[in-house]
Amino acid sequence: MSVFPPNVDSHSARCNPSPPSIEVDHGHVFRPITSSRASMSVKSQQNVMVSSAWAANAGLVRRDPAFKDVIVVAHTWSGRPERRMNAVYPQDVGADLRRSTWMAAAQAGDGAAYQALLRDCIPVIKSVARRRGVAVDRVDDVVQDVLLTIHRARQTYDPSRSFTAWLYVIADRRAIDVIRRIRRQDLREVHAPHAFEGHADQTADPAQGLVRADTTSTVTRVIAGLPARQREAVEHLVLAGRSLADAATLTRRTTGSLKVNLHRALKALRDRIET
Amino acid sequence: MNTSLNSDSANERLISDLASALAPVRRLRPPSVRAVIWLAVVAATAAVLAVVADLPAVWHRLGGAPDMWLAVTGSALTTILAAIAAFQLSLPDARRTWALLPLPAALLWIVASGVGCLRTWFLPGTHVADLSEARDCLIFIVGLAVPLSVLLIAMLRRAYPLQPALTALVAGLAAAAAAATLLNFFHPFDAAATDLTVHVFAVAIVIGANWGLRGRLLATNFFTQ
Repeated sequence: MSVFPPNVDSHSARCNPSPPSIEVDHGHVFRPITSSRASMSVKSQQNVMVSSAWAANAGLVRRDPAFKDVIVVAHTWSGRPERRMNAVYPQDVGADLRRSTWMAAAQAGDGAAYQALLRDCIPVIKSVARRRGVAVDRVDDVVQDVLLTIHRARQTYDPSRSFTAWLYVIADRRAIDVIRRIRRQDLREVHAPHAFEGHADQTADPAQGLVRADTTSTVTRVIAGLPARQREAVEHLVLAGRSLADAATLTRRTTGSLKVNLHRALKALRDRIET
Repeated sequence: MNTSLNSDSANERLISDLASALAPVRRLRPPSVRAVIWLAVVAATAAVLAVVADLPAVWHRLGGAPDMWLAVTGSALTTILAAIAAFQLSLPDARRTWALLPLPAALLWIVASGVGCLRTWFLPGTHVADLSEARDCLIFIVGLAVPLSVLLIAMLRRAYPLQPALTALVAGLAAAAAAATLLNFFHPFDAAATDLTVHVFAVAIVIGANWGLRGRLLATNFFTQ
């Protein structure tokens, strides 16, 4: 449970070995007491993530089940520590560190890390969207919006800050955007399947059917009048839509021969239909 | 089941598309540093204008009316704070409350300008700007705010604001306040009611234009990289 991220100074943790009153476990959430104490404790840590157990040992957190707040302490750009995220549970700390590392690699152009990161984000985005009240069938809209937003905004991410917190805010905003979009759509559109089915086709014309039947019969007749090899090429390549290789296997002819015959057949068809 | 498989494969396709389109990016500098860069441009403009302006007259005028100092301080502070707030807001995870940062300074600016305006009613013989002078003020503020806004918006676009309207509004305030501050080099009279109205009008034009154009300038269009 109390796995220290690699860069956290374990010496600091050993200095505060006894947190008797604070038991850290996965079911509870904590909030920081003061940021100045955090500043002393995690000073000079490049990486800035601390595990929940370590934070508890260092006296950075206290149990407060009423708040879904953060136990993670980080350095801001100005070097001061800050609360990293809302509603981050102790077991998510490792995941957050992993995502931050992946994102830093993605900023440097590492496609594999980027794919892993985006896949890892999907469950988080879905949970944020569902909590916002996005309908189940629109959750994937939020997922795709957020993935695109991460892509476009990736230069704004500072790896010294929590990736998960960054993702939460973006996912939440995109979820709200999707809800608004759905509401606007609902104002303009109605769901009326019977009206749709019963709507008369303005362009319908009985003569059209005759014309279509006539054209079809002309084409069929002209194709039937083609030499055998050309007809074969047209039937396999155009009407059946087979690939050149498949058609060659079926007809036992070379692809070159099929191509030549198709070309001649099309030319002949064009001439006969025009005349 | 089938739809969930479809959507999963759609997500997977999107992820592989995005990963194949991945290019290394240069991380943005912290918002405060970027704000300082823009403010440095404003300061450089001020230095150029100071060379042209009649500085002893400006000092004399400001020394004679302490509330004008307050107004200048207010507008200068508004410029600085609004620029910082705009750069903060341009980050996708920024809190909306950053927009409140320049408000106290803006309040000081408005109140102090209002006091100057009242004085022109009580003191006889105060020079009150006529319409042509007021028009010059308008042209100066708008003319200077446009290039400053363009630069600011161009810098903000490098980030990715998810609240483009709010970001553009605060950016407009920064540019308008900067222009109004620099106007003091060439403002040989107190702000009377007409003049103040013109200033407010000019600032409103700049803020409104920024806000109105944000759809095109700060639009979060996914497909144009």
